[in-house]
Amino acid sequence: MLTLDRVSKVYRVGTFGTQPLNAVRDVSLTVPPGVVVSLIGESGSGKSTIGRMVLRLTPVTSGAIAFDGRDVAGLSGHRARKGYYRHVQGVFQDPFSSFNPIFPVDRVFDMLRGAYFPGLSDTEWRASVRRGTERVGLDPGQVLGRYPHQLSGGQLQRLLIARALTLDIRLLVADEIISMLDASTRIDVLNLLGDLRAEGLGILFVTHDLALGTYVSDTTVILRRGAVAEMGPTRQVYASPRHPYTRGLLASVPRMHRTWADADAELDSAAGPCPVHSGPGTAGPVEVGPDHFVGCFSDDACPE
Amino acid sequence: MSLDTAAASGEGQGPSGRRGRDDLRFALRNPKLLAGGTVLAVLLLTGLVGPAFTGGAPNAYVGPQYAPPSGDHWFGTTSFGQDVFTQFVHGLRATFTVGALGGGIAWVLGMAVGFLGGYRGGLLDEFLNMLTNIVLVLPAMVVLIIAAAYLEARGLLVQSLFIGLTTWPWAARAIRAQTFTLAGREFVDLARLSGRRPWRIILREVAPNMYSYLVMSFILLFGGAVLIAAGLDFIGLGPTEGVSLGLMMHHSVAWGALHLGTWWWFVPPGVGITAVVGSLYIANVGLDEVFNPRLREL
Repeated sequence: MLTLDRVSKVYRVGTFGTQPLNAVRDVSLTVPPGVVVSLIGESGSGKSTIGRMVLRLTPVTSGAIAFDGRDVAGLSGHRARKGYYRHVQGVFQDPFSSFNPIFPVDRVFDMLRGAYFPGLSDTEWRASVRRGTERVGLDPGQVLGRYPHQLSGGQLQRLLIARALTLDIRLLVADEIISMLDASTRIDVLNLLGDLRAEGLGILFVTHDLALGTYVSDTTVILRRGAVAEMGPTRQVYASPRHPYTRGLLASVPRMHRTWADADAELDSAAGPCPVHSGPGTAGPVEVGPDHFVGCFSDDACPE
Repeated sequence: MSLDTAAASGEGQGPSGRRGRDDLRFALRNPKLLAGGTVLAVLLLTGLVGPAFTGGAPNAYVGPQYAPPSGDHWFGTTSFGQDVFTQFVHGLRATFTVGALGGGIAWVLGMAVGFLGGYRGGLLDEFLNMLTNIVLVLPAMVVLIIAAAYLEARGLLVQSLFIGLTTWPWAARAIRAQTFTLAGREFVDLARLSGRRPWRIILREVAPNMYSYLVMSFILLFGGAVLIAAGLDFIGLGPTEGVSLGLMMHHSVAWGALHLGTWWWFVPPGVGITAVVGSLYIANVGLDEVFNPRLREL
């Protein structure tokens, strides 16, 4: 459904934009229908930039993003873009910033109405908004008509998911949507995503939380400095990580019955030689198992 | 007038319509806005309907010379026997015209340049920013003096146009900066994901967050235009015919009103200009409280 083919993003920084900043480097991945792909990485690893490029909020420097085989960057004209957003939607990290602070929260729905449901009558529209709100576990009477600063982060975040579900979306870019939620609403939202996945929704789940990644995703992509460090079926990546960065990442998760000293010892166990350098000499991730890819071990991108 | 524009650009449906009513309810309860608005309305009304009641041309010689305020001549007469009150109401009309036209032109230019540059960014922004800075460093008053001195016939319209074309840059800069930060917020991204066109996002998502600022900048530009016009008139570069508050002050000083002690000749126009600009500023402080839901006393 969604395919990224060697996508890169270079920002120009410094005086007169003279210095290139490689935010995303040669990332290739696919999100099939009904599959949750999680993008995991530390701050600045390029995971949010990938999400923004898929949503066309940031232009792609090189490479191609295709949805159903059609190039996303090449969608020209307002109608084509509108058609794309009918099927591809995003929910962002900070629910407080996602709402225009001076309007009641209903506005995020009303914006969709103008663009996508001009034919609906007021009654029909209100009923559908109420249904959507109830679907994400909110009481419409408590949230609709309120201002963003009167609601909690969890309520706002769920409203944003309800907003995305108003359209017949097939791909959801969820950028750190759980980080602002408390534990009890967190599991509700995750289970909601699970239900949607079962209905065939593809989800690009951007997070820095490994435990969360394990819980929700079918495929895990570990990003490091904008490049894919390791990618594969979630079980495999977590059970037998091949990249030293993934190992370090997994070892750094605090667990019961394990101390700092143990974590250090685990890290020392060698990961073996870099498969990219010792392999057939191709740039980019190398397949080390079924659908299991590992990127270069060195800090910089592999020599091409 | 600025209040009406801002309120009218809110939408008329659903929750946005409720927001409009909310604003109106808070506006009617805000003492600063009420006080400033009342003074302004009285002055505007005086300027609008006053000339119809005073009758006669403002520069006609209708009474005794140097007469102090009396029942016949409310504000007294000039050294030529012109009625100061008649001149005052005509002058108010000219002042509001210059303020609305000059301030309005600068406001529209400032918004167009600021919104476009701030939202689009990139090369267009670089170019607009350069243009803004060039106009900003032009010494506007000096340019106005030179231009005014070279023009044969000067009228209110030409004066307003000059003021409008030279005073927009600071508004453009401030609006650009504000648009820049707002355009990076996620609700703007969300509006883009909602299939909204850029101009619509600017008008409906970005601008409403700046209503109070936009109104304030119009008020400041309006006040600035009034003051610049008064300054030009005062040094004798105002409209070649007609009357304005600045011209009244120019004549009063030129004909020695200060030495002769005919205070009724220069005090009314001075108070008039101060009252127009001052009440605008007070109303603006009130408007900020009305527009910002978080400043409201709930």
